[in-house]
Amino acid sequence: MFGLNKKDSSFLLIVIALTIATPILLQPFAEGSELAQFNGGYPDLMQKIAIFGIFAVGFNILFGLTGYLSFGHAAFLGIGSYAAVWMMKLLTMNVIPAILLAMLVSGLFAAAIGYVSLRRSGIYFSILTLAFAQMSYKMAYSVLTPLTNGETGLQLALDDPRILDGAVEGSSLPVTNIFGLAMNSSYKLEALGRVFTFNVGYYFCAFIAILAFYVAIRLFRSPFGMMLRAVKSNQQRMTYTGLDPKPYTLAAFVISGMYAGLAGGLLAAMDPLAGADRMLWTASGEVVIMTILGGAGTLMGPVLGAGVIKYLENIFSKINESVLHGWFHWLPDGVEDVVIWIFARFTGEGWHLTLGVTFMLVVTFLPGGLIEGLRRLSKRIKHGSQKRDKYDDPDPEHRPGPGKRVAGE
Amino acid sequence: METILLQLLNGLDKGSAYALIALGLTLIFGTLGVVNFAHGAIFMIGAFCAVTLSKLLNLSFETIDPEKLDFLGNPAKVKTPYVEAWFGPEFGHALIDWSVPLAILFSIPIMIAVGFAMERGLIKHFYKRPHADQILVTFGLAIVLQEIIKYFYGANPISTPAPDAFKGSFDFGAMLGFDPNMIIYPYWRLIYFGFAAVVIGAVFSFLQFTTFGMVVRAGMADRETVGLLGINIDRRFTIMFGLASAVAGVAGVMYAPILSPNYHMGMDFLVLCFVVVVVGGMGSLPGAVAAGFLLGILESFSSMNAVKSVLPGIDQIIIYVVAIVILLTRPRGLMGKKGVMED
Amino acid sequence: MSKTDLTRRTVLRTGAVAGAGLALPTIFTSGARAFTNEPMGGTVTLGFNVPQSGAYADEGADELRAYQLAVEHLNGEGDGGMLNTFSSKVLEGNGIMGHKVEYVTGDTQTKSDAARASAKSMIEKDGAVMITGGSSSGVAIAVQGLCQEAGVIFMSGLTHSNDTTGKDKKANGFRHFFNAYMSGAALAPVLAARYGADRKAYHLTADYTWGWTQEESIAAATEALGWETVNKVRTPLGAGDFSSYITPVLQTDADVLILNHYGGDMVNSLTNAVQFGLREKMVNGKNFEIVVPLFSRLMARGAGENIKGILGSTNWHWSLTDEGSQAFVKSFGTKYGFPPSQAAHTCYVQTLLYADAVARAGSFNPCAVVEALEGFEFDGLGNGPTLYRAEDHQCFKDVLVVRGKENPTSEFDLLEVVEVTPASQVTYAPDHPMFAGGALGACNAG
Repeated sequence: MFGLNKKDSSFLLIVIALTIATPILLQPFAEGSELAQFNGGYPDLMQKIAIFGIFAVGFNILFGLTGYLSFGHAAFLGIGSYAAVWMMKLLTMNVIPAILLAMLVSGLFAAAIGYVSLRRSGIYFSILTLAFAQMSYKMAYSVLTPLTNGETGLQLALDDPRILDGAVEGSSLPVTNIFGLAMNSSYKLEALGRVFTFNVGYYFCAFIAILAFYVAIRLFRSPFGMMLRAVKSNQQRMTYTGLDPKPYTLAAFVISGMYAGLAGGLLAAMDPLAGADRMLWTASGEVVIMTILGGAGTLMGPVLGAGVIKYLENIFSKINESVLHGWFHWLPDGVEDVVIWIFARFTGEGWHLTLGVTFMLVVTFLPGGLIEGLRRLSKRIKHGSQKRDKYDDPDPEHRPGPGKRVAGE
Repeated sequence: METILLQLLNGLDKGSAYALIALGLTLIFGTLGVVNFAHGAIFMIGAFCAVTLSKLLNLSFETIDPEKLDFLGNPAKVKTPYVEAWFGPEFGHALIDWSVPLAILFSIPIMIAVGFAMERGLIKHFYKRPHADQILVTFGLAIVLQEIIKYFYGANPISTPAPDAFKGSFDFGAMLGFDPNMIIYPYWRLIYFGFAAVVIGAVFSFLQFTTFGMVVRAGMADRETVGLLGINIDRRFTIMFGLASAVAGVAGVMYAPILSPNYHMGMDFLVLCFVVVVVGGMGSLPGAVAAGFLLGILESFSSMNAVKSVLPGIDQIIIYVVAIVILLTRPRGLMGKKGVMED
Repeated sequence: MSKTDLTRRTVLRTGAVAGAGLALPTIFTSGARAFTNEPMGGTVTLGFNVPQSGAYADEGADELRAYQLAVEHLNGEGDGGMLNTFSSKVLEGNGIMGHKVEYVTGDTQTKSDAARASAKSMIEKDGAVMITGGSSSGVAIAVQGLCQEAGVIFMSGLTHSNDTTGKDKKANGFRHFFNAYMSGAALAPVLAARYGADRKAYHLTADYTWGWTQEESIAAATEALGWETVNKVRTPLGAGDFSSYITPVLQTDADVLILNHYGGDMVNSLTNAVQFGLREKMVNGKNFEIVVPLFSRLMARGAGENIKGILGSTNWHWSLTDEGSQAFVKSFGTKYGFPPSQAAHTCYVQTLLYADAVARAGSFNPCAVVEALEGFEFDGLGNGPTLYRAEDHQCFKDVLVVRGKENPTSEFDLLEVVEVTPASQVTYAPDHPMFAGGALGACNAG
């Protein structure tokens, strides 16, 4: 199907089914129940998961395939957002031109930055990309304020020209839409004691995410993808066979920059605001972490990583002590205080701690990321809990061995 | 002229901080091949050693003074530090006053212990893992360390003053024949610069002139061969990790009076110091030190009004511009070695 | 939106999931409600969106304490705090119009994106009918914009930039905190009276929007009184070490240094300036002086002794002796063991003002609330007689000029009030050039 082999087709179909059902799957707990706090099926979070999934999938095309670790990918996301918001300010609130421009502009930036940075490899490449991204962030925050609106972020205003849309009626800002269908309109369904929200914006993001995912599968399986893997496993050997790795790597860099731009454009399409924070190095670090957490070099891993991190950020940070009190009020007083104290360290204002501990646990015990965990789990279920030894791991993704240890000349 | 001299001093000062952190970072890179994103957090913990010692010395018992009222109108509690009660007000007060220099002694064993624990407990398992995994695990560790400090000390900066004896400034201008009060520099910053020079010198001579240092350098060059010679290189590497942590830790202690410590100061320094290490060249200790001072001085010069009026905002990005230029013209940074961390 | 409703409805109906119970097309809210998140049942949910991580986490924590206290008082628990001193008496301690007040919290991380995400989840998931909080202007403006679009009320927390109620003002957004212009207008006469009218000022300014408006405001106010501005230098946000910006001051003939910094930047730049001996310096036969236009007591602790004698302005201070402040300090201090910060005060007051406006309007409908708050005059909330101006939703009240205390009696006793500048002196026309360029628009009820 669509040029995919049978295994990939069924994989893609599963992904499509999961994406469509997300508003139901993320709403497992009944409204008003103690656990409703853990429901994640509201538009903003679902959109964010889809969008950062795209971002991470794109990052993985560069990092997972070629092994080049970019530490400045958030710059392309930010640039894409700025481009998209400008399009909405100047031309139209329809999201299509905004997203196209976002991809185009960040593609151009990626070509320029990639051309320069790819002259170096290893950590030197990482630092070059980091330097470019930090420069973009610092400039956007201060000197380029006329273009970016600095700290406040670029926003829509009532007096923007919006040539294609004509004058705004009334005194409220127009909403982003796709040919008249507003991104923020939702269809709520109350059933089984739960409220399911089917949001236009989410399905738009999901549609694009599936498209992006499909392109990524094709890329992974294509001869081009093989070339990129060759870059990762041994550049020297590749050069000896008469192939110049540079154009391939640059192409991967630009493609992954465009994915980031697409994600940035979508962020702006869901919520027309672009802030410089999106380009900060921690944002670049976030996508690295999403990818590794999920499983670098795998198809589904980065999406999974993006989902887990966004979920933690949005759900755990909102569990405050009064919510905890609601959960544990049935415990005896002294015990309750202790339990609440412990939980409070990991939720609410302590949600960063959960994040840090998750990173450490996953990377220590699941070297291949969460996807590795799922794989082990399914194997355990299929084959029972037979004892595994170290020769038992087939390395299904053909990931090359760990990076060489530092050695002198 | 005065401006340039002053900015040079500023640059040396900033440079010493960068160089000290970068030195520890590059020791870990060079010896263990680990990208340690928790190094900034180690620096931060060092600074909080100073805070902790000053808090410990300030531990007080409370007596109720019926004459004064607190903000709610109840009788106020007057606090007297235990050290003042035990050692007499004067000596006690001097102890509290000198808490930052004392904290160096206090911090070294703590930082070495933290370094050992980190290496044995966590980093050890990551020697053979890809750098990306190392980044993730040390980043996670940095977050955990930060959150722990935040829980105990809050998020706001905490004032940690230098001893009274070092308040005030030294007048360079008068010494060099300029007008008095034109080129003055605070004593504590001069001490910081001198301290950094001593620490850097000590680390270098340790590596250069001791057998231990020789083995470590040999291990940096070729770990396998050294291992084949029957030398337990792993244990020495653990010690190096402790040493790197101690260097970052004392750098943090001494920096506390210059920059009031807060829990995220490590992350603020981390990226800069990575840039410093890479610009200096991976695996090169002199490179890290040189790059630290170079970037510190350039950063200071770029913040001069004359420069900023020509290139607005240059002070914000100068470090990155320099990093890009150096990495493009010198493929392995200033003094980098071939083959280190390039895969 | 009414135009697109039809198409959207058909599109969604055709694609609707089978087995639907109750199906309605909505924007943010279920159509059964008259406006976004109309409270159903016996409770009403407020969203407290404060920084819980990052540099302002301590201020966020203090804001949250104040909110919890406000909720207690609204629900009739505790000693009632400022409800007893508030000039409006419609709140009875039975929640808001009989709806028990519940709340959700979130972390803004002091980033616009995270703050908006957190606010959105409060609106979309938790059904919050009002969002409040924040500790920086960028975040306040971003969340204010979101609330306008979503059709809920935004009661901003600590935000000091002129833009919040200037060029970025929104009909659904309200600010109780004072702003940069007011700081300048209140501070300048005090500075002129104490330091003389013949002074040369050197500005160090955090290089982002708040810093710029602060610099513009204080420079204009001091220049009007005869001061000369020698130089205005922009410093990167979070510069850490400010020495390379401080030392050039030594070589000019400036005799006043104005630090347009906040938070960690303020602590570091002030500490650096004192370390470089600026305060002992004599220029033009006058003592060199340092001014910090916006003081925060929480942050000032980080600067330790260096703040002694430094003049600045603040929105509120716990040592005020009016009835309202005393009542608030008492209930806050009794519950938490230390006095509240200005951030806590403004957040507490904003919550009461919102509840009161709902009660007076008799409805949670944002448009009714906006109407009730516009032009509302009140007293007894710690700042003396106050007006919520209809034109820009800014509170006009007295501004405190404070000074770092020379002999603090406790760790909280860092600032002393030197002058209470009357509201009339800090009032400006709604179309003042520093605030021009935006429009409130109309209230949005979703």
